[in-house]
Amino acid sequence: MKLIFNKGAQGRRGVKLPELDVPNKAEIPEKLFRKSPARLPEVSEMEVIRHFIELSENNFGVDTNFYPLGSCTMKYNPKIGEEVARYNGFTALHPLLPQLRPGGLLTQGALQVIYETEQFLSELTGMAEFTMQPLAGAHGELTGIMIIAAYHKAKGNKKTKVIIPDSAHGTNPASAAIAGYRVESVPSNEHGVMGYREFMKVLDNEVAAVMLTCPNTLGLFNPEIKKIADKVHEVDALMYCDGANLNAILGKSKPASIGFDLMHVNLHKTFGTPHGGGGPGAGPVGVKEKLKKFLPISLVIKRRDGTYALEYERPSSIGYVAPFYGNFGVILKAYTYILSLGGEGLKKVSENAVLNANYIKEKLKTHYHLPYDRTCMHECVFSASRQMKKGVHAIDIAKRLIDYGFHPPTVYFPLIVEEAMMIEPTETESKETIDAFIEAMIKIAEEAEKNPDLLHSAPVSTPISRLDETAAAREMDLRV
Amino acid sequence: MTYIANTDTQRREMLSALGLDSIDELFDIIPKNLKSFSFNLPEAKSELELRQHLQLLARKNATDLISFLGGGFYDHYIPAAVDTIISRSEFYTAYTPYQPEISQGVLQAIYEYQSAICRLTNMEVSNASLYDGGTALYEAAMMSVRITGRRKIIVDEGVSPIYRKMLHCYTSNLSLEFVEIPTHNGIVNRELVKKELDKDTSAVILQNPNFFGCIDDFTDIVEKAHQAGALVISSVYPVSLGILKTPGEMGIDIATGEGQSLGLPLSFGGPYLGFMGTSKKYVRKMPGRIVGKAHDNKGREGFVLTLQTREQHIRREKATSNICTNETLCALQALVYLTLLGKEGFKEVAELCADKAAYTSKRLTEISNVKKKFSQPFFNEFTVELTGDAGDAIAALVEKGFAAGFPLGRYYKGMERCMLVAVTEKRTKEEIGLLKESLENVL
Repeated sequence: MKLIFNKGAQGRRGVKLPELDVPNKAEIPEKLFRKSPARLPEVSEMEVIRHFIELSENNFGVDTNFYPLGSCTMKYNPKIGEEVARYNGFTALHPLLPQLRPGGLLTQGALQVIYETEQFLSELTGMAEFTMQPLAGAHGELTGIMIIAAYHKAKGNKKTKVIIPDSAHGTNPASAAIAGYRVESVPSNEHGVMGYREFMKVLDNEVAAVMLTCPNTLGLFNPEIKKIADKVHEVDALMYCDGANLNAILGKSKPASIGFDLMHVNLHKTFGTPHGGGGPGAGPVGVKEKLKKFLPISLVIKRRDGTYALEYERPSSIGYVAPFYGNFGVILKAYTYILSLGGEGLKKVSENAVLNANYIKEKLKTHYHLPYDRTCMHECVFSASRQMKKGVHAIDIAKRLIDYGFHPPTVYFPLIVEEAMMIEPTETESKETIDAFIEAMIKIAEEAEKNPDLLHSAPVSTPISRLDETAAAREMDLRV
Repeated sequence: MTYIANTDTQRREMLSALGLDSIDELFDIIPKNLKSFSFNLPEAKSELELRQHLQLLARKNATDLISFLGGGFYDHYIPAAVDTIISRSEFYTAYTPYQPEISQGVLQAIYEYQSAICRLTNMEVSNASLYDGGTALYEAAMMSVRITGRRKIIVDEGVSPIYRKMLHCYTSNLSLEFVEIPTHNGIVNRELVKKELDKDTSAVILQNPNFFGCIDDFTDIVEKAHQAGALVISSVYPVSLGILKTPGEMGIDIATGEGQSLGLPLSFGGPYLGFMGTSKKYVRKMPGRIVGKAHDNKGREGFVLTLQTREQHIRREKATSNICTNETLCALQALVYLTLLGKEGFKEVAELCADKAAYTSKRLTEISNVKKKFSQPFFNEFTVELTGDAGDAIAALVEKGFAAGFPLGRYYKGMERCMLVAVTEKRTKEEIGLLKESLENVL
């Protein structure tokens, strides 16, 4: 499709601005001006609308197609959240207002939203307190690792490494390394989890923390997790929970009772806020009592008189991880979501998410290799190893699914499963949709047997077929 | 409310396919002692109740103040069509475009966004966006360390104090040395920068306009820094680039900034948008997603996520950054804004801001107790000095319906009498006159 920069005509305008109503002109010396105006498009409002509407039509979203992208929890995003986040009483609120006197009194509604969301998340996870500041899941991880570092520093502990299983998201080792830790990877055992025995081989006094996803990225709950947590605490290390998979255990189990000391939660996964094509998300971090004092500045508190305030005097805090109070617009949507479902509704979320995933696992396991054949949680991981004998790879199956009108599952992750296909249906999909997806997957397995070339050339239903990514990385055409 | 589609009958059918009697059996894998006992959350609310509750909360915020509050976050006009586009759920309910064949909409939009950022800043390449201006500045600092292999960073005190606090937070466990340089008459102290520049210096971090609103040309500092083998990073207010000299024209190595002013509401601090541009030679050291042009086997043009070997999902602990998502929807929002205003309109916004700020400064300094703090030229924000505490004056003006500015004493010792006043195209001559009158009355 033509770029917006190649549309329009010289001198054409979109939005008109009011005339200057003051007599003065700015007194800025000539040398401080740019040489020529930025070469932005010259298009009418209608051209802008048509251009972007056409672009939007070249895109799958949860609102257009089933989107079983494992590990991403692509559930339906309730529209009331979109409405609420657009109320002028929230959008027009300047983040520096609380720093003027009379401070927080100018923003009581917004502070209440943040405070109550923190409370809800604490109840859901068993943590003592949350910060809503982290702006994404990976940002939450980094915040968590910095809290871990502050804890050890305060205790005078000399800790150098973080243990992470080989099935973890890439963000886990990246976050630990960026905060200055060495990463030690532990292989998963034959049951698809980090086994107690393998783990004990790497645990020593140098360990600052263990980062685990619970349930793990294979969608499996580690039955030895409590035993591992106890050993971690014996060397005064901390248990960090990557909450990416919290959608599996709402109301069923709390990370704090499992033995985790801190965690992040992905509001854009578990709490129904849209993924935005890759952000904005939000990754609030919750901690147990002993870590509270290290939480970032500022923290919303509730005063005795029922009003809310921001606490800036936090001498042990790690400091400022975000400019203000987090992605407030996203927090608003999550708050609305939690209130909309209530406690019982949230339990049903996990029940239905887990049921849907197990149903898919059961129906497809005779057609695709299932490396870990046991009850899964909210997602299941297959391997295309059987189809590989015909020269068909996970990517080919993924691309063929597009022709059937489905967004592909996550492929080639987790790294420990050869030709992995990770399917997460979420709770909001109906049995009819899931059955149609299963049927398509079975047909594709047959096609792989009979006509593998059909899969190699997929997708055939889209305006473009597979793009040459290697050439793109070499040519580096990144702008016009 | 519930957003679950399946009926009890369907659930029973699915359970029987699994050979189970109840959903509880699926959770047997969780040991009994690890199961939840308490679960004290409110009862579900209907959509109507939710709407009433949230509308009430929205009313408990003071959004009717006439605002001259800035500090890096500005109340600009947002054209109606911006929301029309970002409300398209094909965009906002998608995820990171891992499957290019069904994500060309998002991918092309990001490519266009990258192009717009390059044109705005005169930098050679841009990434697909970062979380916000502060994290973008931190990422730029780390990028300079990767490029130079050096560990000393010089930071001008004119850089947003909030961003400086963030820089300290993120690097507190790393062996990096930060040297903060006090400003001289409101702008960068050249002598001190020159003195600090040495063979260990990785980067000099600057901001334009700086936190006091003063504008500058960093070309001379870039020259000195490059002689010492260091990079120069500049955080920049994008609306000012409608008229002001660009980071590219100054020879800046990494330009970053907060994109909120490009069509995003203030929204109590987020979601916002961090942008970053740099030279082509540094692109492989740049953090975040990048979209590039590609072709299929029939020669048809499309867009893909490219240079992914820098990223965490491939490189894990060796990645350039831990960033996974960027802020795609916000980047789209900025792109639509820039496109709607276009070449002329964007320049006009900048001119309106600058002219109205000049008028406001003139009017406020007509008051005998109000002086301009610095003699430097400014864009849309400036510092005035009162004869008493600025916080007191601002508090008194809240009573009169104004968010009149920001009390600089909060972050700068010795500036307790100084107030930072921001003016956008939204402020009218009448409002400016009223501010002047009211300020005069409270002093």
